[in-house]
Amino acid sequence: MSNIPEDLYYTKTHEWVKQDADGTLTVGITDHAQHLLGDMVFIELPDAGSAFNTGDDCAVVESVKAASDVYCPVSGEIIETNVALLETPEVVNQDPYGDGWLLRLKPNDAGEVEDLLDAETYKELAAEEAH
Amino acid sequence: MPFIPHTTAEIQEMLGALGVDSIDQLFDEIPAALRHGRLDNVPTRMSEMDVSRLMRDRASLDRGGLCFLGAGAYEHHIPAAVWELATRGEFYSAYTPYQAEASQGTLQLLYEFQSMMTQLTGLDVSNASLYDGGSALAEAILMAVRANRKSKSKRILMPRTVHPLYRKVVHAIVKNQGITATELDYDRNGGHIDPASLPADPGDFAALVIPQPNFFGVLEEVDALTDWAHQHQALAIACVNPTSLALLKPPGSWGQHGADIACGEGQPLGIPLSSGGPYFGFLCCKQDYVRQMPGRIIGKTTDLDGKTGFVLTLQAREQHIRRSKATSNICTNQGLMTTAATIYMSLLGPAGLETVAANSHANTQLLKQKLTAIKGVTPMFNRPEFHETVFQLNGPAQDVIAQLAMQNILAGFNLADDYPELGHALLVCATETKTEQDIDQYAAALARALS
Repeated sequence: MSNIPEDLYYTKTHEWVKQDADGTLTVGITDHAQHLLGDMVFIELPDAGSAFNTGDDCAVVESVKAASDVYCPVSGEIIETNVALLETPEVVNQDPYGDGWLLRLKPNDAGEVEDLLDAETYKELAAEEAH
Repeated sequence: MPFIPHTTAEIQEMLGALGVDSIDQLFDEIPAALRHGRLDNVPTRMSEMDVSRLMRDRASLDRGGLCFLGAGAYEHHIPAAVWELATRGEFYSAYTPYQAEASQGTLQLLYEFQSMMTQLTGLDVSNASLYDGGSALAEAILMAVRANRKSKSKRILMPRTVHPLYRKVVHAIVKNQGITATELDYDRNGGHIDPASLPADPGDFAALVIPQPNFFGVLEEVDALTDWAHQHQALAIACVNPTSLALLKPPGSWGQHGADIACGEGQPLGIPLSSGGPYFGFLCCKQDYVRQMPGRIIGKTTDLDGKTGFVLTLQAREQHIRRSKATSNICTNQGLMTTAATIYMSLLGPAGLETVAANSHANTQLLKQKLTAIKGVTPMFNRPEFHETVFQLNGPAQDVIAQLAMQNILAGFNLADDYPELGHALLVCATETKTEQDIDQYAAALARALS
């Protein structure tokens, strides 16, 4: 069973979202997703300052098996990306909720994060997919 | 090799296994409104005998002759070993081998091809080839627009000194992706893009195309053009003749930082003119942009036993993995043409290719000297050239071409349609295959035609 921390928000497309104290959001892909994709070989990140709508593809994670788009969980502006991953993409496998974060964004609407899945719902989704 | 279709019984068996009644049912998910239904412009079926006759008749229209015609496809000597080896059964496939364990020979050959192209262009990476020069330029432009992270512009700058057909191919391929090309005019005296004439404020653009030599055979000021593109946050795309690279500075060394992408037509490297095809395109780039590169890339690796092996690599760019997000719908390469080119380059070596380039240049200079001695023939441009040059004539180029064709001489390319502002202009090429006697014969025929 993959690790699904209780204090995060989730999407159906396997991104996690952490609400930071200053109202910004940190985004990554879940332990379940990194496990399905396998060893990461390349991460493509957006430019800081670029804006995305909910559901836009905003990054690409490429593993030995596949290249997958990462979808922006809520609309907003990118304020920082984890450029260290460009050299060490394997950190997404090793620490998906910590050093393997992908980007930070400033949401257009602070309330939009509430539309995302909670840990319990995502757990059910992941379990369903496992079958 | 004859094409052997399925028998009716086999088709019925397959439809039965799928649980459908007809082949048409397989296309049910395409809405009726989107179906064309008729193929009015496609002729009705022909028998093998009729097709053979048609192709023979078409081939006989191309009578060969003493060739001074270039304009993008060049007659070079091809050592007999090239096609003797390329058409051996082991190599005789147009396709990229997916099954690495059964295709090491072909994969290694493509890897060697890529290595040679990176040496010629001075760039880090090459793909395993594209269809032809024009589509390679279109792919280079699509790639540059994707790869340029400093500019979100979908506009590129295209000198009018780029091959007119390449410009048409580019337009056809990129227009539906919202990419536009702004043309840059050339200097009437030099036949080149004068860096001093470039706009001070060109607006936002993703890339500048730099031909070398350009369509007129003239050498562009590639260092200044490359630096100018980079100063404006744009990528520099080199569109080059591979033979010329044996003599000229490689695109990877242009300007302060080098061109970002190089592409071109591979035909001069051992592919016969054969009435216009098949040829092949090549595409090289800096390492930074490899993930935006279209087409096949072969990599060298080691297997579990530590033995060297060759495999398709970086496939996550490609459509069988990335689907609609793939870098290109190019999913094959010109395997057979690339095989011939690799053998050609390996037989000639760097020194041999340099000799071909130098002799072609020298022959064109000799031709220029002899032709401009004729009354009614003057050189059009005053800048250095590689192995092609433009003459201004005192009468229509098409008449001269027609008259010399009757003496079995291909006099050159008439520029009147693509460059009407040049008047009676003829583009002429003399490669290493021409002797002084050939050139004298041409000069005598031209003198008669213009007298």
